[in-house]
Amino acid sequence: MTWRKHDYDEIPGTYVFDGKTAHGAYGLNKLLFSFNSEANRAEFARDKAAYADKYGLTPEQKKALLEDDFLKLLRLGANIYYLAKLAVPRGFSVQDAGAAFQGVTTEEFKAALMEKGRGLVEKLERRGGYWNG
Amino acid sequence: MARIVGGVTTSHIPAIGNAMTAKLEGTPYWKRFFDGYEPVKAWLAEVAPDVAVVVYNDHGLNFFLNNMPTFALGCADRYDNADEGWGLKTLASFEGDAEFSWHIAESLVEQQIDIATCQEMLVDHGFVVPMALMWRHLPKWPVRTIPLAVNTVQHPIPTARRCYALGKALRKAIESYPEDAKVVIFGTGGMSHQLQGERAGLINVDYDLKTIDSVIDDPEWLASQTTAEIIENAGTEGVEIIMWLVMRGALDERVNVVHKHYHTPISNTGAGVLVLENAHA
Repeated sequence: MTWRKHDYDEIPGTYVFDGKTAHGAYGLNKLLFSFNSEANRAEFARDKAAYADKYGLTPEQKKALLEDDFLKLLRLGANIYYLAKLAVPRGFSVQDAGAAFQGVTTEEFKAALMEKGRGLVEKLERRGGYWNG
Repeated sequence: MARIVGGVTTSHIPAIGNAMTAKLEGTPYWKRFFDGYEPVKAWLAEVAPDVAVVVYNDHGLNFFLNNMPTFALGCADRYDNADEGWGLKTLASFEGDAEFSWHIAESLVEQQIDIATCQEMLVDHGFVVPMALMWRHLPKWPVRTIPLAVNTVQHPIPTARRCYALGKALRKAIESYPEDAKVVIFGTGGMSHQLQGERAGLINVDYDLKTIDSVIDDPEWLASQTTAEIIENAGTEGVEIIMWLVMRGALDERVNVVHKHYHTPISNTGAGVLVLENAHA
């Protein structure tokens, strides 16, 4: 039994959600997917540990879930879109999550994003054909 | 006969949905992004399509990992939006065109593209945000819709080349439908972004602009890339860009650019917009 290797395995800081990643985290992702329902989000809020047990999380997954350790959850196989169903309703933005992944503040993370847009209009003008108001 | 009036590409970032709900379009962060959609709205009002085929990926509202179709086509009379746990306002339901959908499904399968069919399909922000971007100013959605979901969530996802081939087959499917209907195709998602891992926050403006050039004049450039190459350049979630090739494949080899717009950052993402018409039209 061997998991196939991929070119994307070598990209740093990147956890591609493939069969290998998803296989060991089916229960974890099923728990996260359940947060499409407000009733489930409320049940989780009442007793997080019991909710984790209901979905058969491993002790490691359960610990990361209870600690809101997003990077750990990702490394344990959480899908990022499903992870957002845990984070966003409880007040974490995708920028908060990104900052947590990198170990920087949300302000630093947002500033780095804004930096990506610096000089954009001039760049688009040089390329030509872009709408510009 | 049904005919394709053109193709539109757009990002479908959830933050755009929240910004529209909160009516932030005129604020400094959002203004340039939203203003760039006014020409798209004007074009849509002019060509007045009857049907929109919306190519998007479900982010975990309708599909879970128990059953993850590579390509799935909505074949229903109606599609509902619902709570997807991201705090987005649930929007009004969308009218379908079941006869047209089933025709497309049959034609695709005849062309060796074995697509999954869905008689019930919740549509998430990937579908809803583009619809709202184009038509929220109207009292009701002005088109019938055909959702075409592409798996970009759990790998293996389809290759860029396969998405391009799907677009070519989709064109044959649409153009062989006997009813007179004007069809617009939305290729949604992207552009570059990575939400996850230590590489989160990736936005690759140069790659995005190269991709826009490619989608217009040289789809082969993007179609020939591997999934790993696209992830490396556009990020794990930026891989959604392959869905633009479904739209592009449904158009002529040569196209006219009606509108071209790019803005970044929108949330964590590079946001690109294209309106393309067939050159012979």
